[in-house]
Amino acid sequence: MIERSPFFDALTYAVMIIGLILVIIPFWVVIVAASQSLQEVSQVPISLLPSNQLWTNLSEAWARADLGPKMINSFIVAIGVTVGKITLAAMSAFAIVFFNFKARMICFWLIFITLMLPLEVRIVPTYAIAANALLPFQTILDVTGLTWLVQAVSGIQVSLNWNLLNSYTGLILPLVATATGTFLYRQFFMTIPDELAEASKMDGASAMEFFWDVLIPLSRTNMLALATIMFVGSWNQYLWPLLITTDRANFGTVVMQLKALIPAMNGTPDWNVTMAGALIIMLPPLLVVAFMQRWFVRGLISRDK
Amino acid sequence: MAQITIKGVKKNYAKTAVIHGVDVTIEAGEFVVILGPSGCGKSTLLRMIAGLEEISGGEIAIGGKVVNDLEPRERGCAMVFQNYALYPHMTVRQNIGYSLKVAKVAKAARDARVMKVAQAVSLEPYLDRRPGELSGGQRQRVAMARAMVREPKVFLFDEPFSNLDAKLRVAMRAEVRRLHRDLGVTSVFVTHDQTEAMTLADKLIIMNAGKVEQIGKPTEVYNNPASRFVADFIGSPAMNLFEGEFDAEGQFVHGTGGRMNVSQLNGVRQPGRKVVLGVRPEGVRRTGADTHGAIPAVVDYVEELGASRLIHADANGSRIVALDNDTSEIKSGTPVHLSLADSALHLFSLEDGRRISH
Amino acid sequence: MERRAVYRNKVLPWLLIGPQLLLVLVFFYWPTSQALYWAFTLEQPWGGGNLWAGLDNFLYIFRDDRYWGTVLRSGFYALAATGLSMLVALTLASFVDRALKGTKLFQSVFIWPYAIAAPAAGVAFRFIFSPEAGLVGAINDIWPGVWDPATNGIHALAMVIVCHAWLGIGYNFVFFLAALQMIPRSINEAGAMDGARPFRRMLDLQLPLIAPTAFFLLIMNIISSFTDSFGLIDTMTEGGPIGQTEVMVYKIYVDGFKGLDYSGAAAQSIILMLLVIGLTFIQFKWVERRVHYN
Repeated sequence: MIERSPFFDALTYAVMIIGLILVIIPFWVVIVAASQSLQEVSQVPISLLPSNQLWTNLSEAWARADLGPKMINSFIVAIGVTVGKITLAAMSAFAIVFFNFKARMICFWLIFITLMLPLEVRIVPTYAIAANALLPFQTILDVTGLTWLVQAVSGIQVSLNWNLLNSYTGLILPLVATATGTFLYRQFFMTIPDELAEASKMDGASAMEFFWDVLIPLSRTNMLALATIMFVGSWNQYLWPLLITTDRANFGTVVMQLKALIPAMNGTPDWNVTMAGALIIMLPPLLVVAFMQRWFVRGLISRDK
Repeated sequence: MAQITIKGVKKNYAKTAVIHGVDVTIEAGEFVVILGPSGCGKSTLLRMIAGLEEISGGEIAIGGKVVNDLEPRERGCAMVFQNYALYPHMTVRQNIGYSLKVAKVAKAARDARVMKVAQAVSLEPYLDRRPGELSGGQRQRVAMARAMVREPKVFLFDEPFSNLDAKLRVAMRAEVRRLHRDLGVTSVFVTHDQTEAMTLADKLIIMNAGKVEQIGKPTEVYNNPASRFVADFIGSPAMNLFEGEFDAEGQFVHGTGGRMNVSQLNGVRQPGRKVVLGVRPEGVRRTGADTHGAIPAVVDYVEELGASRLIHADANGSRIVALDNDTSEIKSGTPVHLSLADSALHLFSLEDGRRISH
Repeated sequence: MERRAVYRNKVLPWLLIGPQLLLVLVFFYWPTSQALYWAFTLEQPWGGGNLWAGLDNFLYIFRDDRYWGTVLRSGFYALAATGLSMLVALTLASFVDRALKGTKLFQSVFIWPYAIAAPAAGVAFRFIFSPEAGLVGAINDIWPGVWDPATNGIHALAMVIVCHAWLGIGYNFVFFLAALQMIPRSINEAGAMDGARPFRRMLDLQLPLIAPTAFFLLIMNIISSFTDSFGLIDTMTEGGPIGQTEVMVYKIYVDGFKGLDYSGAAAQSIILMLLVIGLTFIQFKWVERRVHYN
């Protein structure tokens, strides 16, 4: 701060406090409502003081929305996407930045164009592929005449089929197939000075040794940021899991259960249970962001700049 | 220890040639400095020896073995980089020992060797720190220790001291010299700093615009510059260079018609020949007006150096600098007479800049 | 993006990049090309392959007033939610950037909305804005029937937009704050030496210097309003009342997965894709011309 300016300082605090209230009200209402009894929550407006029914409501929501197995599913998907994306992103960014091969620019653009179209935008076509993820290859075989050839020679009808509906792979793979992570890693790898790679060459290290011993340890901060972003993003996925799981009991995620918790039109308006459920469901990513804030902020910035 | 032979080495980037065929032999155990202005290709040449840059044409051999197609790790060279290129996430110990780890040297042996080189460059107290916690000079030592630990056949230095302050640079120079004396490893050192080059080199290679201008001992290069470029580049203050030609009487005509009597250049004074005449400031003296061949000039300004001073003067449209040990007061505008020491004259062709021997 | 230090190897880069390429081809390029195929063909009701339909699917959509209503609504939604969210985030970021004592606490809370799933926020806001429960419904006790998102389309849309804007605060805040903090301190100090007071400096120096970030965020927010709105609308209004909160993505979902009209949904997807690609291109063009401080 440059000069003393008591009035402007007071204004600063005032604005920040108003902002704080604005941001925190929804959280507060969720917590308060989740702690109230049906009677309390039905008051209009509700009291903004917490009551003592939190545990009861949490267990009621947990049971009603079958959150136990759904939590496990959500964790499997979120961790699967996070690990998968970080692994693939680091590898492909390494290839793009540190190798000189003919198709490098083509590969670069093939991958980075995917940044443009989020999954929600191309949901219809992506869904079609989920019924048979190997369809592209079957088509290639059919079009090139290889199917016919194989059948003529061996009498076997080639028919590739890999159904992704109601499976963890179906929930995870399409979310891994975007370039956000690759972009973040590429940006980071570009900042590594040439001399570092050369020094490792002089020290006798191979490309993969440079990758493991130098690049991966150096990118730890970025990895944590990417992990945070990916975890939050995949935990919060809604549309895709909704489409790809018809067997909700076994493959549903927690976020999908939110709608089931909303009181029915003419049913009991037990919003306290709904809010308890929402609280449980929003907590994991919120905790991740709160704890990883330092790295996450840095990563979010460098991701898009 | 290994001899390095460089034969007709060329380097092209896309279509532009940056090195146009270099031939040098570096003897085993020799300390060679490649000196030149930035962009002359000196670093590229070094990096081609290291294997970090592909060789577009010609051949480089280390210890009698052609290394053109060998990976850096197979060439037996170690390198000290300009910005040190230390691994920021590793401790000093890990940085120094990394090449041994890659080569799968057992931990005990590795630690012993790291300790030995750390002692040689007095780094033992810092072995468990990271590069970020070290001063510039200490980082420099780590970079050197990292190069030494592999006991390479050749040391390569790419302007290693350019990030250090002047005092530290002098100290590191002495240290490098001492290490070379103790280890006797063939060393190639790239710099654009001529003082550094003169003090370090057994042999000096002067490069300009992708070509070697001169190869020789520092004193040789100083006393007998092979070209106008070398004459201009080596020596501080820089050599006085006058463009001009000989007239019918064999007098040298320069600037706006100033004449110099250069009878000692007998034999090369064909009338009409266009040349560049060079004389170092220490070869220019103040004399009386009646001295034979004295050049009249007017003092422009004086640079005090403490023990001596530089007189910048104008002689008939040509600038001339004289190193003067006299301490009597002299003001700008004062007319003086200067004479050139017979033995200090250098002559270069105006056309191609090569030395004309006399 | 040229580097000096590269490795030369014929096989290794392909092994490294192969998995990602494969995933991208299967889950991005193939489906996208499929969408094109569907958009220009019509599935026969009794099976037996698709019939070439030319531009019919598109013409059918363009002649549909309900579709144009959706487009206009999406546009309004995008601008309103984006404007609201960015304004709040920018105000907060400008004041947080002054770094007074205790700012860190505010700063971390302002990021929280980023972590929340759209449907979760949707459920919470639906309760807060519910006419017969929660908080806002209280005004119905004073003026009966004045607030009712369940039947009033404007109320419903406003509710969704407010929720969307709230969700975006965290993301926008992070970017604005980072942009403000990248402005060299000396610029602010020079302004102070020139006699500008803090608020003046904010308006005259900081705001113009973060214009590129603001533009970047504008585009990102608009894109996200096309994509992230699904979770909100599905939990808050399901497009209702009578389709008055239906936006483009939601209509694609309804037509494609409830109505099973793949060709129509594919054609709508193509239009949406073109829109998003267009916006991204504008952004790339702009990013090239960023302000640089040295």
